[in-house]
Amino acid sequence: MSIPAIEVRNLVKRYARVTALDGVSLRIEPGEFFGLLGPNGAGKTTLISIVAGLTRATSGQVVVNGHDVQSDYRMARRCLGVVPQELVFDPFFSVRETLRIQSGYFGLRQNDDWIDEVMANLDLTAKADANMRSLSGGMKRRVLVAQALVHRPPVIVLDEPTAGVDVELRQGLWQFVRRLNRDGHTIVLTTHYLEEAQQMCSRIAMLKAGRIVAMAPTRELLARLAGVQLSLKLGGPMPPQLAPRLVEQSDDRVVLKVAHPADVESVLAAFREAGCPIEDIEVGHADLEDVFLQVMSDEPPRRAA
Amino acid sequence: MSRVEHDALAHAAQLTALPTRAELAASWVGFRTLLYKEVLRFWKVAFQTIAAPVLTGVLYLLVFGHVLDQRVEVFAGVRYSAFLVPGLVMMSLLQNAFANSSSSLIQSKIMGNLVFVLLPPLSHLEFFAAYMLSSVLRAIVVGLGVFAVTAWIALPPVQAPVWILVFGLLGAALLGVLGIIAGIVSDKFDQLAAFQNFIIMPATFLSGVFYSVHSLSPFWRALSRLNPFFYMIDGFRYGFFAHADVDPWQSLAVVAASLLLAAVIAVRMLARGYKLRG
Repeated sequence: MSIPAIEVRNLVKRYARVTALDGVSLRIEPGEFFGLLGPNGAGKTTLISIVAGLTRATSGQVVVNGHDVQSDYRMARRCLGVVPQELVFDPFFSVRETLRIQSGYFGLRQNDDWIDEVMANLDLTAKADANMRSLSGGMKRRVLVAQALVHRPPVIVLDEPTAGVDVELRQGLWQFVRRLNRDGHTIVLTTHYLEEAQQMCSRIAMLKAGRIVAMAPTRELLARLAGVQLSLKLGGPMPPQLAPRLVEQSDDRVVLKVAHPADVESVLAAFREAGCPIEDIEVGHADLEDVFLQVMSDEPPRRAA
Repeated sequence: MSRVEHDALAHAAQLTALPTRAELAASWVGFRTLLYKEVLRFWKVAFQTIAAPVLTGVLYLLVFGHVLDQRVEVFAGVRYSAFLVPGLVMMSLLQNAFANSSSSLIQSKIMGNLVFVLLPPLSHLEFFAAYMLSSVLRAIVVGLGVFAVTAWIALPPVQAPVWILVFGLLGAALLGVLGIIAGIVSDKFDQLAAFQNFIIMPATFLSGVFYSVHSLSPFWRALSRLNPFFYMIDGFRYGFFAHADVDPWQSLAVVAASLLLAAVIAVRMLARGYKLRG
């Protein structure tokens, strides 16, 4: 078995009054595109901060490419490129200076060829000599991504990289990240956009109140939990006993959630018994959002420390 | 593992031409880059970080010199303005060493860009040395600036330049380290301002920059001797006049011990990630 890109063993992080992480274990293989999902406050950023060495765990262990993030932090950090969630920048420097300095921190001099390539891929070339202060929010976000990539890290962690970013950048960014993943880089992504996670990630872990409540390949997760959605055009009022299944209702259509294909029969029977004619029917699979909502509603609430 | 995966990994290994652990430790590139960045930071705003304190130093000399030149003689045969110059140089040097590391850290903390130095494989010793040395550099530039300008007005003699160098460097290093500690401990600008206004300023002003402690009452004289800043100023001044309130070796011992203590505290804070790595 290969050395995992990231291995997290029984990670606990307690603050004075809150348990941010409550025994998280996971293993991300090299080359994976891994998604970390969860509502605000679930512990995603805490987990990433511990992986990146920005926060210390209360107990447990994190190993990046075989290097413990505490005892062998130099090697662990060298293997890791992190795009922080907050839109931070150093107002004293230009884009190129920022990227050269960041390269130097990782022990790299004469890194301009790669810096140019990263800037070109992120459409930053025209702004290379602009001061960071003068850049728009989207441009600053691109620089953050570029900073995380200056040392060509084998493992790239993106903490909500597309929050507040326009469509153009989002697409350009994903194209670039996909290419990095194809080239062998491991990608770990947290995002609020579940559609993105569904499209990009081969495997997903869902965090809630500091615990992993679901972890599986994306396809499996969708198949296992999502079930079937029925979109119906009705000729009369919907029978009230079906209300719990209701996902969406518009003027002439209702969307119903059905956990197993076998249950479709009973739904249709309910309409027949109520004398409500069905004028049109579409069957579809639910998306990650439905899975997410289902998983999040299943689990018990956050425990206080 | 599939062949495609294997090829991809091999490709990634080629892509990742990163220095090894030994190379990282030996190359000093990380440390040198952080030092360069810290120097560039104050250099880019030199009007505020260098020109302004030089002007302040000159204003002190002009005002105090004008008022006191005819009335006060601290050392026999030395004009008050000439007596004042070394003290002013040292005061500017100390205050700017403190301001450099402390304001750099607090700004980075508040702006959030401290992550850029917390994410890379920089050791806490590299971090410490880079912030301290950049403070020493700024302090020397400001000190030389104040001296160059004030020397036009009143040139003190230079009797023992080695002492000037020793106390200038040690004093700047000590205040640079105190600035690191203050920058780490403070969460807000006003907390840092409290350090500056309620500790550093009184300690420098009451250290004998403007007077000799021999002119003080026994109580204040005894109190001054508890102030490490007094020894820095006194030792520094000895380098100019070969005359001091206490033996320069004693001053050296106090200053060196203070620097060692402050350095141990700062390095331990950095090693533990106190207030920097939650």
